Amino acid sequence: MRGLGFGGPLDSGDSILRSGGRPPVRPRFDQSALRSTLVALISTVVFFAFVGFVAVNAPGWSAVQQSFFNGRVWQESVPDVVPAFLTNVQLFCIAEVLILILALAIAVLRSLPGAVLFPVRLITTIYVDFFRAVPGVLIIYILGFGIPGLGIAGVPTDPFFYAVVALTLVYSAYVSEVYRAGIQSVHPSQEAAARSLGLSQFQALRYVVLPQAIRRVIPPLLNDFIGLQKDTVLVSYIGVVEVFRQAQIDEAASFNFTPYVVVALVFLVITIPLARLTDWLVARDRRRFLASAR
Amino acid sequence: MSGLAAARPESSAAARPALEISGLWKSFGQLTVLRGIDLTVAEHEVVCLIGSSGCGKSTLLRCVNLLEPIDAGRILVEGVEITAPGVDVNRMRRRIGIVFQSFNLFPHMSVLRNVTLAPNKAAGKPKAQAEAEATDLLERFGLADKRNEYPDRLSGGQQQRVAIVRALAMAPDLLLLDEITSALDPELVAEVLNVIRELARGGMTMVIATHEMGFARDVANRVCFLDGGVILEQGAPADMFSHPREARTQQFLERIIAAGRL
Repeated sequence: MRGLGFGGPLDSGDSILRSGGRPPVRPRFDQSALRSTLVALISTVVFFAFVGFVAVNAPGWSAVQQSFFNGRVWQESVPDVVPAFLTNVQLFCIAEVLILILALAIAVLRSLPGAVLFPVRLITTIYVDFFRAVPGVLIIYILGFGIPGLGIAGVPTDPFFYAVVALTLVYSAYVSEVYRAGIQSVHPSQEAAARSLGLSQFQALRYVVLPQAIRRVIPPLLNDFIGLQKDTVLVSYIGVVEVFRQAQIDEAASFNFTPYVVVALVFLVITIPLARLTDWLVARDRRRFLASAR
Repeated sequence: MSGLAAARPESSAAARPALEISGLWKSFGQLTVLRGIDLTVAEHEVVCLIGSSGCGKSTLLRCVNLLEPIDAGRILVEGVEITAPGVDVNRMRRRIGIVFQSFNLFPHMSVLRNVTLAPNKAAGKPKAQAEAEATDLLERFGLADKRNEYPDRLSGGQQQRVAIVRALAMAPDLLLLDEITSALDPELVAEVLNVIRELARGGMTMVIATHEMGFARDVANRVCFLDGGVILEQGAPADMFSHPREARTQQFLERIIAAGRL
Protein backbone atom coordinates (compact mmCIF):
# COMPACT_ATOMS: atom_id res chain seq x y z
CA MET A 1 0.00 0.00 0.00
CA ARG A 2 2.73 2.44 0.97
CA GLY A 3 4.61 2.10 -2.29
CA LEU A 4 1.50 3.03 -4.21
CA GLY A 5 1.13 6.16 -2.12
CA PHE A 6 -2.36 5.87 -0.79
CA GLY A 7 -1.38 8.30 1.91
CA GLY A 8 -2.18 5.95 4.76
CA PRO A 9 -1.31 6.66 8.38
CA LEU A 10 2.17 5.19 7.94
CA ASP A 11 3.01 7.64 5.16
CA SER A 12 2.22 10.82 7.05
CA GLY A 13 3.78 9.46 10.21
CA ASP A 14 7.00 9.05 8.29
CA SER A 15 7.15 12.66 7.14
CA ILE A 16 6.41 13.98 10.64
CA LEU A 17 9.29 11.92 11.95
CA ARG A 18 11.66 13.31 9.34
CA SER A 19 10.81 16.95 9.85
CA GLY A 20 9.94 17.00 13.51
CA GLY A 21 12.82 14.94 14.81
CA ARG A 22 10.66 13.13 17.34
CA PRO A 23 11.72 9.71 18.62
CA PRO A 24 10.53 6.86 16.36
CA VAL A 25 7.35 5.59 17.97
CA ARG A 26 5.88 3.87 14.89
CA PRO A 27 4.19 0.70 16.10
CA ARG A 28 5.37 -2.48 14.43
CA PHE A 29 1.89 -3.95 14.34
CA ASP A 30 -1.10 -1.67 13.94
CA GLN A 31 -4.33 -3.41 14.94
CA SER A 32 -6.80 -0.92 13.44
CA ALA A 33 -4.89 -0.64 10.13
CA LEU A 34 -4.89 -4.43 9.79
CA ARG A 35 -8.60 -4.59 10.48
CA SER A 36 -9.52 -1.95 7.90
CA THR A 37 -7.32 -3.70 5.31
CA LEU A 38 -9.13 -6.98 6.01
CA VAL A 39 -12.54 -5.35 5.71
CA ALA A 40 -11.56 -3.73 2.41
CA LEU A 41 -10.27 -7.05 1.09
CA ILE A 42 -13.40 -8.98 2.05
CA SER A 43 -15.82 -6.41 0.65
CA THR A 44 -13.85 -6.32 -2.63
CA VAL A 45 -13.92 -10.10 -2.98
CA VAL A 46 -17.63 -10.26 -2.18
CA PHE A 47 -18.46 -7.50 -4.66
CA PHE A 48 -16.58 -9.02 -7.59
CA ALA A 49 -17.79 -12.53 -6.76
CA PHE A 50 -21.34 -11.22 -6.94
CA VAL A 51 -20.76 -9.42 -10.27
CA GLY A 52 -19.09 -12.54 -11.69
CA PHE A 53 -21.88 -14.75 -10.44
CA VAL A 54 -24.56 -12.60 -12.10
CA ALA A 55 -22.66 -12.49 -15.41
CA VAL A 56 -21.90 -16.21 -15.54
CA ASN A 57 -25.51 -17.12 -14.75
CA ALA A 58 -27.02 -14.71 -17.26
CA PRO A 59 -28.98 -16.47 -20.05
CA GLY A 60 -26.61 -15.22 -22.79
CA TRP A 61 -23.35 -15.88 -20.94
CA SER A 62 -22.14 -18.77 -23.10
CA ALA A 63 -22.62 -16.73 -26.28
CA VAL A 64 -20.83 -13.70 -24.77
CA GLN A 65 -18.04 -15.93 -23.51
CA GLN A 66 -17.60 -17.35 -27.01
CA SER A 67 -17.52 -13.87 -28.61
CA PHE A 68 -15.33 -12.00 -26.13
CA PHE A 69 -13.32 -14.53 -24.14
CA ASN A 70 -12.54 -17.21 -26.72
CA GLY A 71 -9.32 -19.01 -25.79
CA ARG A 72 -8.46 -20.08 -29.33
CA VAL A 73 -8.94 -16.61 -30.82
CA TRP A 74 -7.01 -15.17 -27.88
CA GLN A 75 -4.00 -17.34 -28.68
CA GLU A 76 -4.16 -16.36 -32.34
CA SER A 77 -4.60 -12.63 -31.84
CA VAL A 78 -2.04 -11.94 -29.10
CA PRO A 79 0.94 -12.40 -31.49
CA ASP A 80 -0.77 -9.99 -33.94
CA VAL A 81 -2.10 -7.36 -31.58
CA VAL A 82 0.74 -6.96 -29.09
CA PRO A 83 3.41 -6.15 -31.75
CA ALA A 84 0.95 -3.74 -33.39
CA PHE A 85 0.87 -1.86 -30.09
CA LEU A 86 4.48 -0.84 -30.77
CA THR A 87 3.08 1.52 -33.41
CA ASN A 88 0.96 3.17 -30.70
CA VAL A 89 3.99 3.41 -28.43
CA GLN A 90 5.97 5.11 -31.21
CA LEU A 91 3.04 7.42 -31.89
CA PHE A 92 2.50 8.60 -28.35
CA CYS A 93 6.20 8.85 -27.53
CA ILE A 94 6.99 11.03 -30.56
CA ALA A 95 3.80 13.05 -30.18
CA GLU A 96 4.31 13.59 -26.42
CA VAL A 97 7.76 15.10 -26.94
CA LEU A 98 6.41 17.45 -29.63
CA ILE A 99 3.35 18.28 -27.49
CA LEU A 100 5.43 19.20 -24.44
CA ILE A 101 7.56 21.57 -26.55
CA LEU A 102 4.78 23.14 -28.64
CA ALA A 103 2.40 23.51 -25.70
CA LEU A 104 5.07 25.22 -23.61
CA ALA A 105 5.74 27.67 -26.44
CA ILE A 106 2.02 28.42 -26.75
CA ALA A 107 1.60 28.86 -22.99
CA VAL A 108 4.59 31.21 -22.75
CA LEU A 109 3.48 33.29 -25.75
CA ARG A 110 -0.01 33.53 -24.31
CA SER A 111 1.34 34.72 -20.95
CA LEU A 112 3.49 37.55 -22.35
CA PRO A 113 2.29 41.00 -21.28
CA GLY A 114 2.23 44.20 -23.31
CA ALA A 115 -0.05 45.81 -25.88
CA VAL A 116 2.40 45.20 -28.73
CA LEU A 117 2.07 41.45 -28.28
CA PHE A 118 -1.72 41.43 -28.47
CA PRO A 119 -1.69 39.70 -31.90
CA VAL A 120 0.48 36.91 -30.46
CA ARG A 121 -1.97 36.39 -27.60
CA LEU A 122 -4.89 36.53 -30.02
CA ILE A 123 -3.43 33.88 -32.35
CA THR A 124 -2.51 31.50 -29.54
CA THR A 125 -5.94 31.97 -27.95
CA ILE A 126 -7.66 31.14 -31.23
CA TYR A 127 -5.40 28.10 -31.63
CA VAL A 128 -6.26 26.77 -28.19
CA ASP A 129 -9.99 27.46 -28.59
CA PHE A 130 -10.08 25.84 -32.04
CA PHE A 131 -8.27 22.62 -31.21
CA ARG A 132 -10.15 22.15 -27.98
CA ALA A 133 -13.49 22.67 -29.72
CA VAL A 134 -13.13 20.37 -32.75
CA PRO A 135 -13.23 16.62 -32.00
CA GLY A 136 -9.82 15.06 -32.42
CA VAL A 137 -11.11 12.43 -34.82
CA LEU A 138 -12.12 15.17 -37.28
CA ILE A 139 -8.69 16.78 -37.14
CA ILE A 140 -7.16 13.37 -37.82
CA TYR A 141 -9.50 12.86 -40.79
CA ILE A 142 -9.02 16.32 -42.24
CA LEU A 143 -5.23 16.22 -42.02
CA GLY A 144 -4.83 12.53 -42.87
CA PHE A 145 -7.01 12.57 -45.97
CA GLY A 146 -7.17 16.26 -46.83
CA ILE A 147 -3.54 17.32 -47.06
CA PRO A 148 -2.25 14.29 -49.04
CA GLY A 149 -5.39 14.71 -51.18
CA LEU A 150 -4.17 18.12 -52.32
CA GLY A 151 -1.54 16.27 -54.33
CA ILE A 152 1.19 18.86 -53.77
CA ALA A 153 4.59 17.46 -54.73
CA GLY A 154 6.90 16.79 -51.80
CA VAL A 155 4.11 16.71 -49.19
CA PRO A 156 4.31 13.50 -47.14
CA THR A 157 1.71 10.82 -47.82
CA ASP A 158 2.51 8.56 -44.87
CA PRO A 159 -0.57 8.39 -42.59
CA PHE A 160 1.71 7.90 -39.57
CA PHE A 161 3.12 11.38 -40.20
CA TYR A 162 -0.35 12.94 -40.17
CA ALA A 163 -1.29 10.90 -37.13
CA VAL A 164 1.60 12.46 -35.19
CA VAL A 165 0.79 15.94 -36.49
CA ALA A 166 -2.93 15.70 -35.67
CA LEU A 167 -2.41 14.34 -32.15
CA THR A 168 0.27 16.97 -31.49
CA LEU A 169 -1.99 19.82 -32.61
CA VAL A 170 -4.98 18.64 -30.59
CA TYR A 171 -3.14 17.75 -27.39
CA SER A 172 -0.92 20.86 -27.45
CA ALA A 173 -4.05 22.94 -26.99
CA TYR A 174 -4.96 21.08 -23.80
CA VAL A 175 -1.43 20.81 -22.47
CA SER A 176 -0.72 24.52 -23.07
CA GLU A 177 -3.62 25.30 -20.73
CA VAL A 178 -2.07 23.05 -18.10
CA TYR A 179 1.24 24.87 -18.44
CA ARG A 180 -0.51 28.24 -18.34
CA ALA A 181 -2.27 27.34 -15.10
CA GLY A 182 1.14 26.44 -13.69
CA ILE A 183 2.70 29.72 -14.83
CA GLN A 184 -0.15 31.71 -13.30
CA SER A 185 0.17 29.81 -10.03
CA VAL A 186 3.67 31.20 -9.48
CA HIS A 187 3.26 34.37 -7.43
CA PRO A 188 4.12 37.62 -9.31
CA SER A 189 6.52 38.52 -6.50
CA GLN A 190 8.82 35.76 -7.76
CA GLU A 191 9.13 37.43 -11.13
CA ALA A 192 9.51 40.82 -9.45
CA ALA A 193 12.37 39.47 -7.31
CA ALA A 194 14.09 38.06 -10.38
CA ARG A 195 13.63 41.24 -12.42
CA SER A 196 14.77 43.41 -9.50
CA LEU A 197 18.13 41.63 -9.60
CA GLY A 198 18.58 42.63 -13.23
CA LEU A 199 17.48 39.40 -14.90
CA SER A 200 15.69 39.94 -18.21
CA GLN A 201 12.08 38.91 -18.66
CA PHE A 202 13.21 35.80 -20.52
CA GLN A 203 15.75 34.90 -17.83
CA ALA A 204 13.16 35.39 -15.09
CA LEU A 205 10.84 33.05 -16.97
CA ARG A 206 13.55 30.52 -17.73
CA TYR A 207 15.21 30.29 -14.31
CA VAL A 208 12.55 31.34 -11.82
CA VAL A 209 8.97 31.04 -13.10
CA LEU A 210 8.99 27.98 -15.38
CA PRO A 211 10.91 25.60 -13.10
CA GLN A 212 8.37 26.22 -10.34
CA ALA A 213 5.40 26.16 -12.73
CA ILE A 214 6.37 22.90 -14.44
CA ARG A 215 7.05 21.13 -11.16
CA ARG A 216 3.52 21.95 -10.04
CA VAL A 217 1.82 20.67 -13.19
CA ILE A 218 3.62 17.34 -13.60
CA PRO A 219 0.60 15.35 -12.32
CA PRO A 220 -1.89 16.95 -14.77
CA LEU A 221 0.68 16.58 -17.57
CA LEU A 222 0.88 12.86 -16.85
CA ASN A 223 -2.90 12.74 -16.85
CA ASP A 224 -3.00 14.22 -20.35
CA PHE A 225 -0.26 11.79 -21.40
CA ILE A 226 -2.51 8.89 -20.40
CA GLY A 227 -5.33 10.44 -22.45
CA LEU A 228 -2.99 10.73 -25.43
CA GLN A 229 -2.00 7.07 -25.18
CA LYS A 230 -5.62 6.00 -25.45
CA ASP A 231 -6.39 8.44 -28.24
CA THR A 232 -3.69 6.90 -30.43
CA VAL A 233 -6.32 4.32 -31.47
CA LEU A 234 -8.18 7.14 -33.27
CA VAL A 235 -5.54 7.25 -36.00
CA SER A 236 -6.72 3.82 -37.16
CA TYR A 237 -9.33 5.82 -39.10
CA ILE A 238 -6.73 7.11 -41.55
CA GLY A 239 -5.16 3.70 -42.15
CA VAL A 240 -2.36 3.48 -39.66
CA VAL A 241 -2.19 -0.19 -38.71
CA GLU A 242 -1.87 0.15 -34.96
CA VAL A 243 -3.25 -2.00 -32.19
CA PHE A 244 -6.94 -1.20 -32.71
CA ARG A 245 -6.80 -1.54 -36.50
CA GLN A 246 -4.98 -4.88 -36.09
CA ALA A 247 -7.70 -6.04 -33.71
CA GLN A 248 -10.33 -5.06 -36.29
CA ILE A 249 -8.50 -7.12 -38.90
CA ASP A 250 -8.37 -10.10 -36.55
CA GLU A 251 -12.01 -9.67 -35.66
CA ALA A 252 -12.98 -9.65 -39.34
CA ALA A 253 -11.03 -12.87 -39.87
CA SER A 254 -12.42 -14.74 -36.86
CA PHE A 255 -15.87 -13.16 -36.45
CA ASN A 256 -14.96 -12.83 -32.79
CA PHE A 257 -14.49 -9.84 -30.44
CA THR A 258 -11.75 -11.39 -28.30
CA PRO A 259 -8.98 -9.33 -30.03
CA TYR A 260 -10.62 -6.16 -28.62
CA VAL A 261 -10.36 -7.59 -25.12
CA VAL A 262 -6.66 -8.15 -25.80
CA VAL A 263 -6.33 -4.48 -26.81
CA ALA A 264 -8.12 -3.38 -23.64
CA LEU A 265 -5.74 -5.43 -21.52
CA VAL A 266 -2.68 -4.02 -23.29
CA PHE A 267 -3.85 -0.48 -22.47
CA LEU A 268 -4.60 -1.42 -18.88
CA VAL A 269 -1.09 -2.79 -18.45
CA ILE A 270 0.45 0.43 -19.79
CA THR A 271 -1.78 3.11 -18.26
CA ILE A 272 -2.45 1.76 -14.77
CA PRO A 273 1.17 2.13 -13.59
CA LEU A 274 1.18 5.68 -14.99
CA ALA A 275 -2.09 6.47 -13.24
CA ARG A 276 -0.67 5.14 -9.96
CA LEU A 277 2.47 7.24 -10.48
CA THR A 278 0.33 10.32 -11.07
CA ASP A 279 -1.69 9.71 -7.90
CA TRP A 280 1.50 9.16 -5.95
CA LEU A 281 2.95 12.45 -7.19
CA VAL A 282 -0.26 14.31 -6.29
CA ALA A 283 -0.26 12.78 -2.81
CA ARG A 284 3.42 13.63 -2.34
CA ASP A 285 2.84 17.25 -3.38
CA ARG A 286 -0.09 17.54 -1.01
CA ARG A 287 2.01 16.21 1.87
CA ARG A 288 4.76 18.69 1.02
CA PHE A 289 2.25 21.51 0.89
CA LEU A 290 0.79 20.53 4.25
CA ALA A 291 4.28 20.23 5.70
CA SER A 292 5.31 23.68 4.47
CA ALA A 293 2.02 25.28 5.58
CA ARG A 294 2.49 24.22 9.19
CA MET B 1 8.13 72.12 -0.68
CA SER B 2 10.76 74.88 -0.52
CA GLY B 3 10.60 74.88 3.27
CA LEU B 4 11.51 71.19 3.30
CA ALA B 5 14.59 71.68 1.20
CA ALA B 6 16.08 73.72 4.02
CA ALA B 7 15.77 70.74 6.32
CA ARG B 8 18.09 68.62 4.20
CA PRO B 9 21.39 67.82 5.84
CA GLU B 10 24.62 69.18 4.44
CA SER B 11 25.71 65.83 2.97
CA SER B 12 23.12 65.96 0.18
CA ALA B 13 24.91 68.96 -1.26
CA ALA B 14 27.85 66.68 -2.18
CA ALA B 15 28.99 66.52 -5.79
CA ARG B 16 26.75 63.77 -7.14
CA PRO B 17 23.84 62.33 -5.15
CA ALA B 18 23.39 58.56 -5.16
CA LEU B 19 19.70 58.99 -5.80
CA GLU B 20 17.75 61.97 -7.04
CA ILE B 21 13.96 61.84 -7.39
CA SER B 22 12.05 64.85 -8.64
CA GLY B 23 8.34 65.36 -9.22
CA LEU B 24 7.48 61.66 -9.09
CA TRP B 25 3.81 60.84 -9.67
CA LYS B 26 2.33 57.36 -9.67
CA SER B 27 -1.27 56.14 -9.92
CA PHE B 28 -2.86 52.73 -10.00
CA GLY B 29 -6.00 53.28 -12.07
CA GLN B 30 -8.10 55.85 -10.19
CA LEU B 31 -5.91 55.72 -7.11
CA THR B 32 -3.08 58.27 -7.08
CA VAL B 33 -0.46 57.03 -4.63
CA LEU B 34 2.47 59.39 -5.18
CA ARG B 35 1.78 63.09 -5.83
CA GLY B 36 5.07 64.70 -6.62
CA ILE B 37 7.85 63.12 -4.57
CA ASP B 38 11.15 65.02 -4.36
CA LEU B 39 13.97 63.21 -2.61
CA THR B 40 17.74 63.38 -2.85
CA VAL B 41 19.93 60.79 -1.16
CA ALA B 42 23.66 61.40 -0.84
CA GLU B 43 26.24 58.69 -1.17
CA HIS B 44 26.64 56.65 2.07
CA GLU B 45 23.45 58.19 3.42
CA VAL B 46 20.76 56.11 5.11
CA VAL B 47 17.24 57.47 4.65
CA CYS B 48 14.26 55.96 6.44
CA LEU B 49 10.76 56.36 5.02
CA ILE B 50 8.01 56.30 7.64
CA GLY B 51 4.28 56.73 7.37
CA SER B 52 1.06 54.79 7.82
CA SER B 53 0.32 51.70 5.76
CA GLY B 54 -0.72 52.60 2.23
CA CYS B 55 1.02 55.98 2.26
CA GLY B 56 3.18 54.96 -0.71
CA LYS B 57 6.48 53.90 0.90
CA SER B 58 6.55 50.57 -0.93
CA THR B 59 5.33 52.09 -4.18
CA LEU B 60 8.11 54.67 -4.03
CA LEU B 61 10.75 51.96 -3.58
CA ARG B 62 9.25 49.84 -6.36
CA CYS B 63 9.32 52.87 -8.68
CA VAL B 64 13.00 53.48 -7.90
CA ASN B 65 13.69 49.83 -8.78
CA LEU B 66 11.66 50.31 -12.01
CA LEU B 67 9.31 47.52 -10.97
CA GLU B 68 6.50 50.05 -11.43
CA PRO B 69 6.39 52.39 -14.43
CA ILE B 70 6.03 56.01 -13.27
CA ASP B 71 3.50 58.55 -14.56
CA ALA B 72 5.60 61.70 -14.25
CA GLY B 73 8.93 62.84 -12.86
CA ARG B 74 12.54 61.77 -13.04
CA ILE B 75 14.69 59.33 -11.11
CA LEU B 76 18.49 59.59 -11.32
CA VAL B 77 20.88 57.03 -9.84
CA GLU B 78 24.52 58.15 -9.65
CA GLY B 79 23.63 60.91 -12.06
CA VAL B 80 22.11 58.59 -14.69
CA GLU B 81 18.44 59.09 -15.44
CA ILE B 82 17.00 55.59 -15.12
CA THR B 83 13.50 56.69 -16.09
CA ALA B 84 14.58 58.09 -19.45
CA PRO B 85 12.98 56.41 -22.46
CA GLY B 86 15.13 53.75 -24.13
CA VAL B 87 17.16 53.03 -21.00
CA ASP B 88 18.28 49.40 -20.54
CA VAL B 89 16.09 48.55 -17.58
CA ASN B 90 17.91 45.31 -16.76
CA ARG B 91 21.28 47.06 -16.65
CA MET B 92 19.90 49.83 -14.40
CA ARG B 93 18.31 47.39 -11.99
CA ARG B 94 21.65 45.67 -11.38
CA ARG B 95 22.84 48.87 -9.70
CA ILE B 96 19.79 49.07 -7.42
CA GLY B 97 19.19 46.25 -4.96
CA ILE B 98 15.81 45.74 -3.32
CA VAL B 99 14.79 43.49 -0.45
CA PHE B 100 11.12 42.71 0.01
CA GLN B 101 8.89 42.28 3.03
CA SER B 102 8.08 38.69 2.05
CA PHE B 103 11.72 37.70 1.25
CA ASN B 104 10.76 36.35 -2.21
CA LEU B 105 13.59 33.84 -2.25
CA PHE B 106 13.43 31.33 -5.09
CA PRO B 107 12.07 28.21 -3.34
CA HIS B 108 13.37 25.75 -5.95
CA MET B 109 16.99 26.86 -5.57
CA SER B 110 19.55 26.35 -2.84
CA VAL B 111 20.72 29.38 -0.87
CA LEU B 112 23.92 29.50 -2.91
CA ARG B 113 22.04 29.36 -6.21
CA ASN B 114 19.64 32.07 -5.01
CA VAL B 115 22.64 34.32 -4.46
CA THR B 116 24.62 33.40 -7.60
CA LEU B 117 21.78 33.39 -10.11
CA ALA B 118 21.86 37.10 -10.95
CA PRO B 119 25.67 37.58 -10.87
CA ASN B 120 25.98 34.52 -13.10
CA LYS B 121 23.10 35.04 -15.53
CA ALA B 122 22.45 38.80 -15.50
CA ALA B 123 25.98 40.14 -14.90
CA GLY B 124 27.65 37.29 -16.79
CA LYS B 125 30.18 36.36 -14.12
CA PRO B 126 31.69 32.87 -14.46
CA LYS B 127 29.91 30.41 -12.18
CA ALA B 128 33.02 29.64 -10.10
CA GLN B 129 33.69 33.33 -9.46
CA ALA B 130 30.04 34.01 -8.59
CA GLU B 131 30.05 31.08 -6.15
CA ALA B 132 33.28 32.16 -4.49
CA GLU B 133 31.98 35.69 -4.00
CA ALA B 134 28.62 34.43 -2.78
CA THR B 135 30.32 32.11 -0.30
CA ASP B 136 32.34 35.05 1.06
CA LEU B 137 29.18 37.13 1.47
CA LEU B 138 27.26 34.29 3.13
CA GLU B 139 30.16 33.81 5.52
CA ARG B 140 30.20 37.49 6.36
CA PHE B 141 26.55 37.33 7.37
CA GLY B 142 26.80 34.06 9.29
CA LEU B 143 25.08 31.94 6.67
CA ALA B 144 28.01 29.88 5.39
CA ASP B 145 26.62 26.63 6.81
CA LYS B 146 23.29 27.24 5.04
CA ARG B 147 24.67 27.57 1.51
CA ASN B 148 23.28 24.22 0.35
CA GLU B 149 19.96 24.44 2.19
CA TYR B 150 16.68 25.28 0.50
CA PRO B 151 14.78 28.38 1.67
CA ASP B 152 11.93 26.42 3.30
CA ARG B 153 14.45 24.88 5.71
CA LEU B 154 15.48 28.31 7.03
CA SER B 155 13.91 30.54 9.67
CA GLY B 156 12.31 33.80 8.56
CA GLY B 157 15.28 35.77 9.83
CA GLN B 158 17.71 33.56 7.95
CA GLN B 159 15.61 33.81 4.79
CA GLN B 160 15.59 37.58 4.98
CA ARG B 161 19.36 37.64 5.53
CA VAL B 162 19.78 35.46 2.44
CA ALA B 163 17.57 37.90 0.52
CA ILE B 164 19.84 40.76 1.65
CA VAL B 165 22.93 38.81 0.59
CA ARG B 166 21.26 38.05 -2.74
CA ALA B 167 20.77 41.78 -3.36
CA LEU B 168 24.32 42.59 -2.19
CA ALA B 169 25.81 40.00 -4.53
CA MET B 170 25.14 42.36 -7.43
CA ALA B 171 27.26 45.01 -5.65
CA PRO B 172 24.52 47.65 -5.96
CA ASP B 173 25.17 51.39 -5.64
CA LEU B 174 21.95 51.71 -3.75
CA LEU B 175 19.97 49.31 -1.55
CA LEU B 176 16.21 49.63 -1.07
CA LEU B 177 14.63 47.85 1.89
CA ASP B 178 10.86 47.48 1.87
CA GLU B 179 9.61 46.77 5.41
CA ILE B 180 11.98 43.86 5.63
CA THR B 181 11.11 42.95 9.22
CA SER B 182 7.32 43.22 8.99
CA ALA B 183 6.82 39.54 8.14
CA LEU B 184 9.18 38.29 10.85
CA ASP B 185 8.44 36.86 14.28
CA PRO B 186 9.46 39.49 16.87
CA GLU B 187 12.42 37.49 18.15
CA LEU B 188 13.89 37.30 14.64
CA VAL B 189 13.76 41.05 13.92
CA ALA B 190 17.03 41.89 15.68
CA GLU B 191 19.24 39.58 13.61
CA VAL B 192 18.00 41.24 10.41
CA LEU B 193 18.28 44.78 11.75
CA ASN B 194 21.82 44.09 12.91
CA VAL B 195 22.75 43.19 9.34
CA ILE B 196 21.41 46.56 8.19
CA ARG B 197 23.29 48.37 10.95
CA GLU B 198 26.47 46.70 9.78
CA LEU B 199 25.76 47.70 6.19
CA ALA B 200 25.16 51.28 7.31
CA ARG B 201 28.49 51.31 9.14
CA GLY B 202 30.09 49.98 5.97
CA GLY B 203 28.82 53.01 4.07
CA MET B 204 26.05 51.40 2.00
CA THR B 205 23.60 53.94 0.62
CA MET B 206 20.14 52.81 1.69
CA VAL B 207 16.53 53.87 1.48
CA ILE B 208 14.53 51.98 4.09
CA ALA B 209 10.76 51.82 4.42
CA THR B 210 10.10 50.74 7.98
CA HIS B 211 7.71 50.62 10.91
CA GLU B 212 10.57 50.02 13.34
CA MET B 213 10.92 53.56 14.70
CA GLY B 214 13.60 52.67 17.24
CA PHE B 215 15.67 51.22 14.43
CA ALA B 216 15.00 54.25 12.21
CA ARG B 217 16.14 56.60 14.97
CA ASP B 218 19.22 54.48 15.47
CA VAL B 219 20.40 53.88 11.91
CA ALA B 220 19.03 56.74 9.77
CA ASN B 221 20.85 59.90 8.83
CA ARG B 222 17.50 61.31 7.82
CA VAL B 223 13.87 60.36 8.30
CA CYS B 224 11.15 61.20 5.77
CA PHE B 225 7.48 61.15 6.73
CA LEU B 226 5.25 60.24 3.78
CA ASP B 227 1.65 61.38 3.90
CA GLY B 228 -0.92 61.96 1.18
CA GLY B 229 1.54 60.96 -1.54
CA VAL B 230 4.21 63.55 -0.68
CA ILE B 231 7.12 63.80 1.73
CA LEU B 232 5.37 65.95 4.28
CA GLU B 233 8.30 66.38 6.62
CA GLN B 234 11.90 65.28 6.80
CA GLY B 235 14.84 65.80 9.07
CA ALA B 236 17.41 64.26 11.37
CA PRO B 237 15.87 61.41 13.40
CA ALA B 238 16.39 63.17 16.73
CA ASP B 239 14.42 66.22 15.53
CA MET B 240 11.75 64.22 13.73
CA PHE B 241 10.93 61.97 16.64
CA SER B 242 11.13 64.53 19.43
CA HIS B 243 9.95 67.75 17.72
CA PRO B 244 7.82 66.94 14.68
CA ARG B 245 6.57 70.19 13.12
CA GLU B 246 3.58 68.98 11.11
CA ALA B 247 0.34 68.04 12.86
CA ARG B 248 0.01 64.89 10.71
CA THR B 249 3.49 63.76 11.73
CA GLN B 250 2.63 64.34 15.40
CA GLN B 251 -0.57 62.29 15.05
CA PHE B 252 1.29 59.46 13.33
CA LEU B 253 4.03 59.34 15.95
CA GLU B 254 1.46 59.48 18.78
CA ARG B 255 -0.25 56.41 17.32
CA ILE B 256 3.10 54.66 17.04
CA ILE B 257 3.94 55.49 20.64
CA ALA B 258 0.48 54.28 21.75
CA ALA B 259 1.22 50.99 19.96
CA GLY B 260 4.47 50.69 21.91
CA ARG B 261 6.64 50.80 18.79
CA LEU B 262 8.76 53.81 19.82
